[in-house]
Order: sequence, then structure tokens, then C-alpha cells
Amino acid sequence: MADVTITVDGKKITAPAGSLLIEVCKSAGIEIPAFCYYPGLSLQAACRMCVVRQEKVPKLQTACTTQIAEGQVFFTDTPEVIQARKATLQMLLGNHPLDCPVCDAGGECELQDMTFKYGAADSFYAEPKNHREEQKWSPVVYFDRPRCILCYRCVRTCSEGMDVFALAVENRGSSSTIVPNVPAKLTPDNLAHLDCEQCGMCIDVCPVGALTSGTYRYKTRPWEMNHVATVCTHCGDGCKTTLGVRSTADGSEIVRGDNRDKSGINSDFLCNKGRYAFDFANSSERITQPLVRQPNGELKAVSWEEALTCVGKKFAELRDTRGGKTIGVIGGNRLTNEEAYLLQKFARSVLHTNNIDHHRTADYVAFAQSLAGTTGRAASLRETLTAPAVLLVGGDPTNQSPATAWNLRSNVRLNGARLYIANTAEIKLRRQASAFLQVAEYGYGALAAFLAGDDSAANIAAPDSAALASFRDAIRSEESLLVLIGNDLRGAELKRLIDFGLTIPGTKFALLADYANSRGAADMGLLPDMLPGYTPIGPIDTQDPSSRIALEYRSPTTPGLDLLEIFEAAETGNLSAFYVVGSNPIARYAVDPATLKNTFVVVQEMFLTETAAIADVVLPAANLYEKSGSVTNSYGDLQQVKKAGDRAGVRSDFETIVRIADKMGADVRKLVPFGPVSNAGGTRADMGQTRGAQSGEADRHAVWLTANNLEPRLSPFDPSAILDEIQRLVPGYEILRLQLLSGNDQHLSPAAAPIRDNAGLVQISNRRDLVLPAGDTLFTSGSLGRYSAILNDLRQFRPRQSLIQIDVQTASD
Amino acid sequence: MSTIANSIFSPELAARFDKLVTLYPVKRSALVPMLLYAQDEVGYVSEAVIQEVAQRLDLFDLDVRSVLSYYSMLRTKPAGKYNVQVCTNISCMLRGGYEILDHCKKKLGIENKQTTPDGQFSLEEVECIGDCCSAPAMQVNYEFHDELTPDKVDEILDQYAAGKILDSTQKDGK
Amino acid sequence: MPRLVSHPDEVIVLKRRFGQGAAKIDRYIELDGYAAVQKAIAQGAEAMPGWIIDTMKSSGLRGRGGAGFPTGMKWSFVPKTSAKPKYVLVNGDESEPGTCKDHLIFREDPHAVIEGAMIAGLAIGAKTGFIYLRGEYRTLLEIMERAVADAYAKGFLGKNIFGSGLDFDIITQTGAGAYEVGEESALMESLEGKRGVPRIRPPFPAVVGLYDGPTIINNAETIANVPHILLMGGEAYAALGTERNGGTRLFGISGHVERPGVYELPMGYSLRRAIYEVAGGVRGGKQLKAVVPGGASCPVLRADEIDIGLDFDQLAKAGSMLGSGGIVVLDETVSIVEFALRTIQFYQHESCGWCIPCREGTDWIKKTLTRVYEGGGAKKDIDTVQYIAENMMGRTFCPFGDAAAMPTLGFVKKFRKEFEDYIEGKKAGTALMPEERDLIGVGH
Ligand SMILES: Cc1cc2nc3c(=O)[nH]c(=O)nc-3n(C[C@H](O)[C@H](O)[C@H](O)COP(=O)(O)O)c2cc1C
Ligand code: SF4
Ligand code: FES
Repeated sequence: MADVTITVDGKKITAPAGSLLIEVCKSAGIEIPAFCYYPGLSLQAACRMCVVRQEKVPKLQTACTTQIAEGQVFFTDTPEVIQARKATLQMLLGNHPLDCPVCDAGGECELQDMTFKYGAADSFYAEPKNHREEQKWSPVVYFDRPRCILCYRCVRTCSEGMDVFALAVENRGSSSTIVPNVPAKLTPDNLAHLDCEQCGMCIDVCPVGALTSGTYRYKTRPWEMNHVATVCTHCGDGCKTTLGVRSTADGSEIVRGDNRDKSGINSDFLCNKGRYAFDFANSSERITQPLVRQPNGELKAVSWEEALTCVGKKFAELRDTRGGKTIGVIGGNRLTNEEAYLLQKFARSVLHTNNIDHHRTADYVAFAQSLAGTTGRAASLRETLTAPAVLLVGGDPTNQSPATAWNLRSNVRLNGARLYIANTAEIKLRRQASAFLQVAEYGYGALAAFLAGDDSAANIAAPDSAALASFRDAIRSEESLLVLIGNDLRGAELKRLIDFGLTIPGTKFALLADYANSRGAADMGLLPDMLPGYTPIGPIDTQDPSSRIALEYRSPTTPGLDLLEIFEAAETGNLSAFYVVGSNPIARYAVDPATLKNTFVVVQEMFLTETAAIADVVLPAANLYEKSGSVTNSYGDLQQVKKAGDRAGVRSDFETIVRIADKMGADVRKLVPFGPVSNAGGTRADMGQTRGAQSGEADRHAVWLTANNLEPRLSPFDPSAILDEIQRLVPGYEILRLQLLSGNDQHLSPAAAPIRDNAGLVQISNRRDLVLPAGDTLFTSGSLGRYSAILNDLRQFRPRQSLIQIDVQTASD
Repeated sequence: MSTIANSIFSPELAARFDKLVTLYPVKRSALVPMLLYAQDEVGYVSEAVIQEVAQRLDLFDLDVRSVLSYYSMLRTKPAGKYNVQVCTNISCMLRGGYEILDHCKKKLGIENKQTTPDGQFSLEEVECIGDCCSAPAMQVNYEFHDELTPDKVDEILDQYAAGKILDSTQKDGK
Repeated sequence: MPRLVSHPDEVIVLKRRFGQGAAKIDRYIELDGYAAVQKAIAQGAEAMPGWIIDTMKSSGLRGRGGAGFPTGMKWSFVPKTSAKPKYVLVNGDESEPGTCKDHLIFREDPHAVIEGAMIAGLAIGAKTGFIYLRGEYRTLLEIMERAVADAYAKGFLGKNIFGSGLDFDIITQTGAGAYEVGEESALMESLEGKRGVPRIRPPFPAVVGLYDGPTIINNAETIANVPHILLMGGEAYAALGTERNGGTRLFGISGHVERPGVYELPMGYSLRRAIYEVAGGVRGGKQLKAVVPGGASCPVLRADEIDIGLDFDQLAKAGSMLGSGGIVVLDETVSIVEFALRTIQFYQHESCGWCIPCREGTDWIKKTLTRVYEGGGAKKDIDTVQYIAENMMGRTFCPFGDAAAMPTLGFVKKFRKEFEDYIEGKKAGTALMPEERDLIGVGH
């Protein structure tokens, strides 16, 4: 739309014609109050708080529905306008309980703020207020009806935003009330309930304290918490979340997760796991003391010193006697990038083994290699909100990547994006799809081939060949495409799909994985045959820049064993030690614990998982909410992780790895290049002095920190020292530190080296499939989910009609 | 043939609904009439009615509840066989609407929104029913009775009790 | 059933077929039925729409639903071409207290509504008309349904109506008890199977209405007038009324008069004469106290304000409204405090609840007036009521808020003294509400 100029309170403002006055004013710094208006949701004009005076128009106009046109003149703060708002507030407060002192929203309440601003507190109503009991709609959603101001934000976010339709208005007039979808008379306990995805978006958008969260209510006051912006640990979308933290006797406790500042890649969104399932951190089943197995077979709590000494001695001994090649290492996909990087560096340079892997939830190796040599082809999560056309092959974002699903729905709703879905299952997102293609079982490979032009693949790809053909036509007619790929596709199938997509100019890709840092684990080289940045392991060539990491590590130059081979080695007695950091492969891969009976097993864990239970030493670990660093989501969006909670007795995996290395007698300064180089590498390094590559990464970091008025923390346990090294050595991680530290996400493309000697994909094509999607839903989260009491509680409230709710709500809605 | 297996409605009503949903550009338009006609047959909008209507219109039950609770003629509890609705709005009030209401209470021995123990009559005070120029007025089921006096009310209610006045829905043999 | 009344002062246009069995299609045809639509079609496909709209414009007919918007002009706002189907919507929700004129039309002359809707359809190029009746009008709905079926049976409705090559269908629809659904956009929501909550405007129905198609919505009386106007000619119709207020309209006179009833009087007819001559004067020879001139939403007139002509402009000038033409007459025995309370009870009960000023405002006025009525009032309560009502005016989502606030303001401003006296224990009039009374409760 062409720009027009309007005048607001005497100020000229230029904006596109047809923009909403309320938004135009906001951008110009003119605040217009509103309860019912909520960006991105349908317009209501119900609260009448946004009224303004428009020149030559008889009645006050609502800014939330006024579309601007050339030459209009508005006044937003005349006595008349202020009186109108004040009276509306007075009417509203007439029946409001005014129980602010005990209300969860106290201090964060839009009604409170407005009442203060318009001085409407002097109520002259003498009538008794309508009292109603608070209702518990689910373990996480409580409704306090008298507090509700009927702005309908919750109803809209549930229907328009979530596509769930679990809330509605019942009755009319002053009896109107918000109700959930299971009425009291249909429940055994005679109370109304919510049958929904339990995302809690309704609570987030509620401007007052009418909807409150079961995990937070009556626990604390907003101003008594610390608010820590960090990244959710659960799925691969990596939503930014703000954790509310309160001090406790043995550390600090997270009491709330929300996303009210909307500053992250997830904009408005947070799902039930992000919002509530941080309580695993407070679980009484947390391991808070190191455990060492005694000759009688029992695990006994010991001091950290004792446990670390034991591990260090044993690792060194086994490496020196049986060789690094007999040691296996498995890292987790909820570690920070710094930890994952450090772990593989420790494995390769201290344990002298390339037998390192992780539970791969998506085939990022094939993904990176398929995109090798291209630029700008990897999509950010943000683009799922803006791309004009999206092809989703495989996966079920509603369940597995809820923020992706939210963005796709919003994109279709607000921007009219075209969503093409090809799936073997009738996933819920097809309700937003302009075309849904039912893919035959195991048909993704054939589908990719068909899309690329191989018509002979048609009958394997999809049962309906006509639908298939028109699906391909529709996709090919798009000028640019965002291709989202579920983790069902891997190896050659994945490559074929990407190769096809690359033929459409402007196409971008993303591969959806599970867990907060699956992508980071792969990027950081928790792989037996690749160094960080998908750098293949092979003979060192001093001239080849891709040998840079290997040159610095001086690690073995032949690929190691992958996860499955490590267990095979154990079975044949060739695994002397097994080091697991934040992973549960015994349960995940259904490994017989007896396989490891002759192996020295060290596990860093929060809980006594199946894997921890068979360990010789268990080292209590902090979780992602209790440490700092960075993670990379499925899309390659890098974000900063900040420490929120704390638990006495546990340590970050980063610290534990460093301490083990130290106990093994390794040079910790080589492992973590921290501190002034005078100590680390011999050269005198004053801060600010330029140095060679290896002369103390942490120092460089310290310079940067000082320059930005931040406190340099020079210690071997400071992940930023490793981040410096990642930044310097890992292809694709040329990051902007200020961006990261100021809480912004930045998008990274995988920068795999071109495949050498036309060798094809480095692995997988002729080996077993190592990719094992977690298959998580909204109500599970790998091994972690088991320890979240709230998630287990909520599972009983998950939508009974399943998430697949179809053929309801016609286009007229 | 009804498109819904095991409809809770009579075959005639089910057939009528089958047709009703095809009448409008958007089938949801049939919602309010369907609820009203279902209420006429079942006596009130029961859970079973809500569910079948939702199913027929591809709506969530919640949608149906949200809509039905808006309209004051739709009720979710049974009423008497004869639902006596007395208007007390301005025109009727001026000409004795409250007197008529009080008289009905005494005559039937029930209060507003109650049903006689034998289930024959229920009583409701209602807003203007559009018979102001012949006030005071009331409706029994859908039938208008106006220019009422207590004596006339006695006569009318007695006739209903004796089964003499049929309401128009019954008249047509529906 | 409302009784048919007559008076020599009446000027009969719309009531011409009343009491003559015109609900039967053959009788309707005998009485010039379906002649108007044929006359329109005889203009030829090209000229017809313009001819109809011009005739309507020249008739000076203004909407009988309440707002009095010129009908011909409304029809001319509909875009000539539209990607979405266009619709004609007849508003037969008639729920304004004091109004029962559409009731009579549906009963006595249902085919006039059908024929009027057909003509409206021809004028704007709509192929479908909806006739929406309030739920309480079930017996009338059945009469309408019968009439529609008869018109189809004769081939008047459906394909190629009267050989014009144009199609027109009519669907009848029922509400289920909600005053607010009479508001045009709420009515469209209701017809689409939703809660009767009004829509944001713009866009206006003429551009985006029912099922998002361009829609004209008119009151049943407005529509029933159309065939008569086409037959008699626009100018002739206009000449019956006053300037800018063409023709006649149905006035329902109720309350304390000797001969209540629905009378057809020319626009501009004297209110005093309507009460004292047409309706036979105040019942029992009592003194007149006040008149609500156009349905419950219109500000009250004191007895000394009735020397006024009944048309939209004159009543607006007097600070009230002609509204739906429901004249409610109050004699000296009425307590204005009680009458005001009963009026706001209605609005509180019928507010859709969508927007704050209306939902909360009607509730608080009702609560405050109830306390005053029950003897617990203080003088500042009158100010409170006035303050709330003034702050509802023009601030709500739809005109309902005004409809609730205006009469309230009328009562407290024009009869402030009576309120003050009441609060001091000097009650005027005889209570009509019983002491033990239920306030009608909404919801289930
Ligand atoms: C609260 C409210 C209730 C209304 N009720 C009715 C009604 O019952 N019947 C009616 O014809 N118009 C009613 N109207 C007016 C309609 O909105 C609309 O103006 C009218 O149907 C247009 O028709 P007309 O131009 O023929 O008058 C109501 C308006 C409001 C604001
Ligand atoms: S109703 Fe309201 S908030 Fe809501 S924004 Fe508008 S009018 Fe404004
Ligand atoms: S006031 Fe009673 S029918 Fe109108």
C-alpha cells in the first residue's frame, strides 16, 4: 500500500494506507491503551479503551479498527478521550474484585496500569460485586471469573493462533463468561475442564489475572523474582523463554516460564513444555552427589573429589593400557554448543579416540553435505512466519516443533502463505494447508524422486497419482519455497529432496530435529567421522584449511566407531571405557545392560536413568537452565543460554569435563584456552595485545568483554573461552558476539566442506541408519519428560480427540 | 434417510434437518433453527441434542453451547408440556402484565422458571413478545394469548390442562 | 393475536389487504398481488434496476426499522458487480418493546413481504432473499413458510421469475430470543449460526454483508411497502407524508389509551391527535403523563411535548426519535422511577455483552435504579445513573448502547424531580411491579 500522511496530536506521521491507527501510533511513540486489541489476532473493538477523536467525525473512533487514509487528523489525549477511557475503566472496575494484593497478575496487570494512568480508582458504585469461585480447568490453567474483563484474547489465541478452539464465550450480557470445552456436567468431578494442547497461550495473553498458571499461582510476586531470558530445553525449535527464578535453601528454583516480551525467534509463542515443564529441575529424584559403584555392586554417594579422581585415574589408565581406540564417548543433544565442542575435543585430544557420537534425531550430516557449496539456503525459524510458500515433507510440527507449527499457522492466517504438506499421516497442520498429499508408507524417497521429475516413482510415492501430480505442479509453480523437512527423511532421500529444491531459485531448507541442541551436537562434531563443522576426518594436509582443527587437536586421523559400533565393541569385549554425557542410549537404543559389564562406564546425568543405573561412576549434572553457553536450534538459529536455576551439588557438564581432564593430567589450558596467555602459552599477553591464533582465546574474549563494559571471567570453566575457539575454528560459526550476548538470535548455515573425491555422502548410505527420531509429543520430552511431574499430570488432559481435529469450522468463520 | 446413524430425533425431524443443512450457503446457518426445533421435540436442548447438532453441522460441541447460551428461548433444562410465557415489558406492564404473571403463579402454584410437579405447566416471565397493542399478552408454547384478564387466563390454562388448545406445532401434525 | 383496528384518520396503503385473507395467494393476486414485481420486470432488463431504485428514491420511503435511513439510497450503495452473491435480508426480528406492526404484516399480508423482497432482489441483482423472524413468531413463521411455498408452487419464486430470465429464491429463518439480533449486523451473525454479536463497521452490509456478500437489509414494513410504492408511483407515495418523510407508516399505540392498536397514519401526523383521537384518548379519562414515541429506545416526551408531527425529523428535533413507531402512552398513575427501571431491566437483559460500556453500563444502571426503587437510594444515585448513561452514549460497539442510554437519560433529565421526591419517600404513581419480583435472569 502507498504511504499516506496523517496527523496525530499535531504530529505528522507517514505510514502505509490502511494500516491500523493503533499500530501506526505505537510506531510513532504514541501509546493508545487497549485490552481487546492484540497484534495478529482478529479485531474486536470490544473494550472501547482505544477511542480517539477524529476530526470531522461525530463519534469517538476506535484506533484498533481505524484504517488510516491520507490527511486524517486524530487526537488521542484530549479531555474528552481521557474521560471516555476513564469511564470505561470505572464501569469495568465496578464489578472487578480488586483483589490485586493476592492476584498473580499484580504488578504485571494491564488493568492495574490503566487504572493508575487514568485515575479511575475512585469508584462510586455501591452495589455488591458478583462473586464466583475460582475454577481449575486443568493442572495448569485456572480461571477466576470476576477478574475477567472479557477482552476475548484467550478465545482468539486458542482458536486463531492454536487452531484448538477450546475456549468460547457463553451466555450474554453481564452474564457472559469464558468457558472451556468440557462442561461441568460432563465430568466426573462436576467441574469444567479443558480438553486441549495445554499450551497456556491463553494465560500469556490475558491482560489481567483471570487466567493463571497452575505452576505459578500464589507462589511469588513478579517483582520478587529474577527474570532470566534463556532457551527452552525441550524441542528443536529452541524457543526463547523468560524464566522466573526464586531463591531457595539449596539453590534457586524456577517458578515460571513465559514469553511475554516476545523478543525471541518464537515471537508470541511458547508451548506447554516450554511454559511448565521446567519442574524436572526441582525433582526430588535429582542426583546431587557423585555416585561410585562399590565392590559389592552398590552405588555409593561420595565426594566430587573422590569421584573425579577415580574417573581421571581410570580413564588415563585405560587409555594408556588399552588405547584410546577402546574408549567410547556419547554426548547429549541438550548440552550447550560449548559443552558438545569441549566433549569431542576432550575425546579426541585427551582420550585419543574418535569413537564419539550422539543420539542423532535428524540427519544433519546429510543435510549439511547436501547444502555444501551453497550460500543462503538454510532457513531460520523466523522465516516460517514470513515465507510466501512452504513445503513441509514429513514430520508433525504440531507435536514435535510447536513453534514451527504456530508460525506456519500464523503465516497462513496473516499473510495468506501457501502451505503444501506431504505426509504419511494426516497431521493436524493440514487444516492450514492449501494442498495436502497423503504419502505412501516409506514413500518419502520416491516422493523426492517424483518431485525431481522421475515419474516412475509415482506409484511408490503416493496412493493418489492425480493428487501427486497436481501437488508437484503447485510446488513447481512457486517462485521460492521454504522446504521444511521432518526427521523421517535422511541420507539419500534427504539429499534428493534438497537437490530438487535447489533447482527452484530462492528455496531455503530446514531439517527439523528433536531436543534443544541436536543441531549443535552435530555441528560441534559429536560424530565419529567428522570434526566440528562437518569436517571429514582423514589424512592431515597442512596446506588444506580443512585440516586446521585436526592439526590443532593432533587427534587420530581415522574415523572412529559410531554409536552402534561402540556397543558392538562392548559386546566383543573391545570397549574398555564408556563415557556418556547427558544421554540415555541404553534406553533409547534398547541396549542390553549386560553388554557393558566389562566396561568402565561413567555417566553425567541429572537422574538415575537406565544408562546412569549401570554406570560405575555417576556425576550429577546441571541442566540447560542451570548453565550458560549457547545452543543452535534445528534451523541453525544460535542463541545464548543463561543460567537461571541452581541446585547444590550438581555441576555443569563443562566443568566436569574440564575437571576430569585435569585429573587425567591433561593440560587444561590446551583444552580450554582461557586466561592470559602468559600462563597459557608462554607469550606475555596483556589485554588488548594482538596475538596469534592459539595465544589464549579467553584473553581475546576478555578484551571484547572489557570493550563492551562486561566483566571478564577468566577461568577454565568459562564457556566463552571455548566459544572463542568455536568461532575461530568451526566452519559456519562466524558469529557476532554482541548479537549473542545481547540476547539476539543469529542464523547460521551449516558449512560442510564439499564432499571429497566425489565420494558421495560420507556415511549412512552404505551403513545402518543411525538416525533415531525421539518421537516426542507435546506431552513427552525424551528421558527428561519422565521427571517433569507437571508434564505427566498434563498428559491426562491432552486432547482426547487427539491433536487431529478436522473438518470443523468452515471458511465462514 | 437421515445422514446421521442413530439420530436421537424422530425420522421426520431428522429428515427436516437433513434438508435444512442443504438450504444455506453455509450449513452452520441451520444452527439456531435446528436447536429450536430440536427443543420443540425433545423438550429442551439436552447434551444429546448438542452433540448431534454439532455433528450434523461439523461444529465443536463448544460452539453449539456458546451459541445456544446466547438465545433466551433455548433452554438446557426441561420445561413443562405447556410453557407459559408472560410478558411484563413496558406496554404489558402498563396494562397489568405483572398482575397476570402473579395470577399464573397462584393458579399454577409455581414461581418464575418453575414447572408444575405433574410436568404440565411451566412459567416464565419474558421480555416483549411483540403483541404490545393487545397487551397484556402471553404465549403458551408458540401461541399468542392477549388482552388478558385473570379470568381469561384461568379459562386459557384450564383449556390447556384439558388438552383443548393445541399449539401450532401440534396443529400441523408435526 | 393483535386485533385489527381502524380509524377514519388512517391513510391506508400498507394495510390495504389487511383483514381480507390475503395470506392466501389467490386472494393476494386478486388484490393486485404480484402486479408490482411484474410491472418492474416490464421495464425491461436494462432499465429495471434503475427504475426500481429511482421509484424508491422518489417515494421518500425511510426505513421503518428504527433509524429511518432512506431506502432507495441504501439500495443504491450496493455495488453493481460483485464476486460474491448478493442478498436481500428482511428484518422481521421485531423486538423493540412497544412494537408489533411487523407481526400484523406477517399475519395479514405475507406475500407483500415476499413480493417486496423479490423487487429488492431485482433492484440490486440478488438471487436470494432471507426473511428472518424472531423466534417468538413461530406461528407467523409458519404463515410465511406457507406463503413462500405457495409462491414457489405458482412458479413466482425460483427460476426465471415472471419470465424475466432472472432467478429469485426465498429462505425463511427464525431467531431464538434475543433483542440485539434485530441490529442488522448481529442479525447476519445469527443467520450465519452464530451468537448475535454485531460486526465491526465498516465494511457496511451493502458492501460486505451476509456470507460476505453485498446485502441490503430492511425492516419487514419497509419491504412490504415496496410493492405498493411501485404500483402507486414514488411521487404519489411521497405526497402522503411530509418533506423528506414520504408516505404513511404503521404506528402501534399501546399502554394507557382507550383503543390501543396498529394504525396507519401519514408521516407527520400529530402525536396529540394520534393519542387523543385515533387511539381514543387516555384510558379512563386520566391525565397524560408521558409518551414514549417510537419504542422503548426513544427518549420519553412529557405531556406538554406532544404537539409534534410524527416524522423522523420533527422527533429528532425534539430530542427523541420516531424509531419503530411504537407509541407507548403513560397516564398519571405511572411512576417514572418504576418505568425507567423496567426499561433498563430490559436492556440489561438483552445486551449482547460484547463491549464494556454497554455490558457494564446497563448492569450498573439497573442495579442502581433497583436500589433506588427499593427505597435505598440517595440523590447522588441520580447523578451516577446520568454519568453512566452519558458515558455509554456514542461509546459502544453498536447502537444498542445508545438505545439503552437514551431513554435512561430522558427519564432522569425530564423527571429528575420525581426521582428526587421518590428518594425522599414521596413516591408518585401506583406501583405496577409486585414487591416480590424476579429480575429476569439471563443465561442457563
Ligand atoms: C439494538 C437494535 C435493535 C434493532 N432491532 C430491530 C428490529 O427488531 N427490527 C428492525 O427492523 N430493525 C431493528 N434495528 C434496526 C436495524 O439495525 C436496521 O437498521 C434495520 O433493519 C434497517 O432496516 P430499515 O432501513 O428498513 O429500517 C435494530 C437496531 C438496533 C441497534
Ligand atoms: S476495543 Fe478496544 S482495545 Fe480494544 S482496542 Fe479497541 S476498542 Fe480497542
Ligand atoms: S410489551 Fe408486552 S408484548 Fe410488547
